[in-house]
Amino acid sequence: MAVHPKENRLILKYADEPGYTPGIDSYLAHGGYDMLKKAVGMPPQDIIDEVKKSQLRGRGGAGFPCGVKWSFVDRKSGKPIYLICNCDESEPGTFKDRQIVHKDPHQLIEGIMISCFANNVAKAFIYIREEMPKGARILDQAIVEAKEKGFVGDNILGTDYSCDIVVHRGAAAYICGEETGLIESLEGKRANPRIKPPYFPAVLGLYNCPTIVNNVETLCNAVHILDMGAEAFAQIGRANNTGTRIWCVSGGVQRPGYYEVAGITVGELIHDICGGPLPGRTIKAIIPGGSSMKILKNGERYKGKNPDGAEYDWGLDDVPLDYDGIAAAGSMSGSGGMMVLDDTVSIPAALANLMAFYSHESCGQCTPCREGSLWLKKITARMVHGQARPEDVDLMKSVADQIEGRTICAFGFAVAWPVQSYLAKFEDEFREYATRLSDPNADRQAIKELACNG
Amino acid sequence: MNLSSETLAEIEAAIPKYPEARSAVMPLLHAIQQDQGYLSNEAAEWVAKKLGIEPINVLSVITFYPFFRQQPIGKRHVRVCRTLSCAMAGGSKVCDTMLKEFDTELNGVSPDGEVTVEFAECLASCGSAPVMLVDDELYENLDEAKAAEICQKIKAEA
Repeated sequence: MAVHPKENRLILKYADEPGYTPGIDSYLAHGGYDMLKKAVGMPPQDIIDEVKKSQLRGRGGAGFPCGVKWSFVDRKSGKPIYLICNCDESEPGTFKDRQIVHKDPHQLIEGIMISCFANNVAKAFIYIREEMPKGARILDQAIVEAKEKGFVGDNILGTDYSCDIVVHRGAAAYICGEETGLIESLEGKRANPRIKPPYFPAVLGLYNCPTIVNNVETLCNAVHILDMGAEAFAQIGRANNTGTRIWCVSGGVQRPGYYEVAGITVGELIHDICGGPLPGRTIKAIIPGGSSMKILKNGERYKGKNPDGAEYDWGLDDVPLDYDGIAAAGSMSGSGGMMVLDDTVSIPAALANLMAFYSHESCGQCTPCREGSLWLKKITARMVHGQARPEDVDLMKSVADQIEGRTICAFGFAVAWPVQSYLAKFEDEFREYATRLSDPNADRQAIKELACNG
Repeated sequence: MNLSSETLAEIEAAIPKYPEARSAVMPLLHAIQQDQGYLSNEAAEWVAKKLGIEPINVLSVITFYPFFRQQPIGKRHVRVCRTLSCAMAGGSKVCDTMLKEFDTELNGVSPDGEVTVEFAECLASCGSAPVMLVDDELYENLDEAKAAEICQKIKAEA
C-alpha cells in the first residue's frame, strides 16, 4: 500500500515497506529496541513523566490520558502490578491493531516492555481476539525472538529487571474489549464487566492486583515518545490531541484503508486521502470512531466556542480529525474506525445491522442492555422486513433512552448512541421507511442484505 | 479423554504461564477444541479436574464465548463477516454463495460433512470488505465469483 503524502507515519513507518518482515532482524535493522535500551537506563518515574508530558491519549476508545492512567496505579499495595495489552480489536470499523501485530509485532513488544519497566511490572499479557489466529502466532514467535536477545524475560539487557509477556487468546466475544470484562476473561471466567467503583483496574484489576490496560497503538507510542522526547511528540497534532493516529476508513469511499495522520480534517481524510465517494454517489453520513459512536450527517453545521473563546462553525469536512474536534461535533473519535455511509445506504437498515451486532454481543449481565438490545434488534428487524408498526420509531427511542446510563459498563452507551443519533438525524427516513416497506409489493432484497440479520 | 501428545504438551505448557491456574481455562479449551473438534461435557470435566476448579466453572466459560462449541461442525469452518462495513460491500451475497456451493444452511454442517458456514461479527478488516475466515485464513475483497473460487479450492482439498 502506497503511503499518501498527507500521511504522517510514525507507528506504521516501516510496516508496508517492501522487504520489511515481522521478524526481529527487520526491526533491529531499523533501530528496534534502542528505546528499550535507553529506558532501562532511566529512572522509571522519568518515563512516566515523559508519557504524561507528551499528553498521549488512549487509542482504544475513551481517549483517557495514558500518563494519568499510569499515575493512578496503586504502588503501595505490596501486590504485583500487571500490564495488559488490549488487542481484542473488535469495534466494527477498526482494523489498525491488526496492521501493527501482523507487520511490526516487535514495535508492540518494545512498547510493552518500556511501559512495564516504567511501571515496575513483572508480568504482562497480550489479550488478542480469537479471530486473529495468525496474529497470535506472530506475537508468540516475536516474544521467543525477543527473549533470545534479552529484551523480554529474565535480566533484561543484563539488568536486574525481569518481565515476561504471555499471549492470551480470546474466543470471539466483543465485550472482552471492555477492560474489566477483559480482566474477568483473563481470570478464566465469563467476561462480565465489573462495577466501578471499587473495581478500577489501577487498584483492583487482574487477581485484584493493580493493573494497567492499554491499547496496542497506545503502547507503541511509548517507543516514539522516548525516541523524540515528550515535547517534540506533543508538537504533533493539536494540543491535547498529540501524536499521530491511525484512522481506519471503510464503506463508501474510493480508497478505504488505514491511514496514520495528524492535524488534518475529516474532509482531508475522506476526500484527499480516501478519494471521496464512489463515482456518481454522495456522502450521506459518517460514523466517526467505530460503530458505537454517534453518527455525523453530511450537511449539518457544528457551531460553538473553543476553549480560547474563538467561535467555530464547521461543516462535516471542516471538523478537525482528532479527539476534541469530533467531540465538538457531538460524537467521539473512539477507536479511529470511520465508516462512511453514501447515499445508497439506508440508515434504518444500517441500524438494523448494528442492533443485530449489539444484541449478539451484550454480555447479558445488566437487564436494560440484555433485554433492550434484543428488543432493538427485533424492532429494527421488523422494520426491514416490512412489518413495522406506527409506534416503532418512538418505541426504539424509548428503549435506547432506558439503556443509556443504566448499565455497569459503557456497552450500554454503545447500544443507545447509534439508535438515539440515527433517529434524531434521520427521523423522516425511519418514518417514511416504516410506511413504504409495509407495502406488500415493496422490494426489500437490498435492504435485507444490508441489515444482514436473518 | 483421548488427546494427542501435542495437545497434552500444549496444555502442560499453558498452565504455568499464569499466576492462577483458572486463567488457563481458555487456552485449554482452545487446545481441546482444536484436537476434538468440539467441547463435550467430558472435556469440561477433564479441564475442571486439571485446573482444580468445578465443572460448572468450565461450562460457564464454554457457553459464554461464541467460538467455543458443544457440537461438532464441518471439517472446514467458514465465517463470513456480517457487520456493517462488510454488509455494505456485499457480505450477504458472499455468504449466500458459500451456502449454495455447499448445498447447506447457515450454521449447519454441509451434507458432505466438509463445511460449516456461519456469519461472524466484525473480523477487524473493514478496509478490505467483504471478508471471511476459512479456518485460520482470512480472505479479503470478496465478491460472488471469488467466493465460488474459494469453494472450489475447499472442495479440491477435501
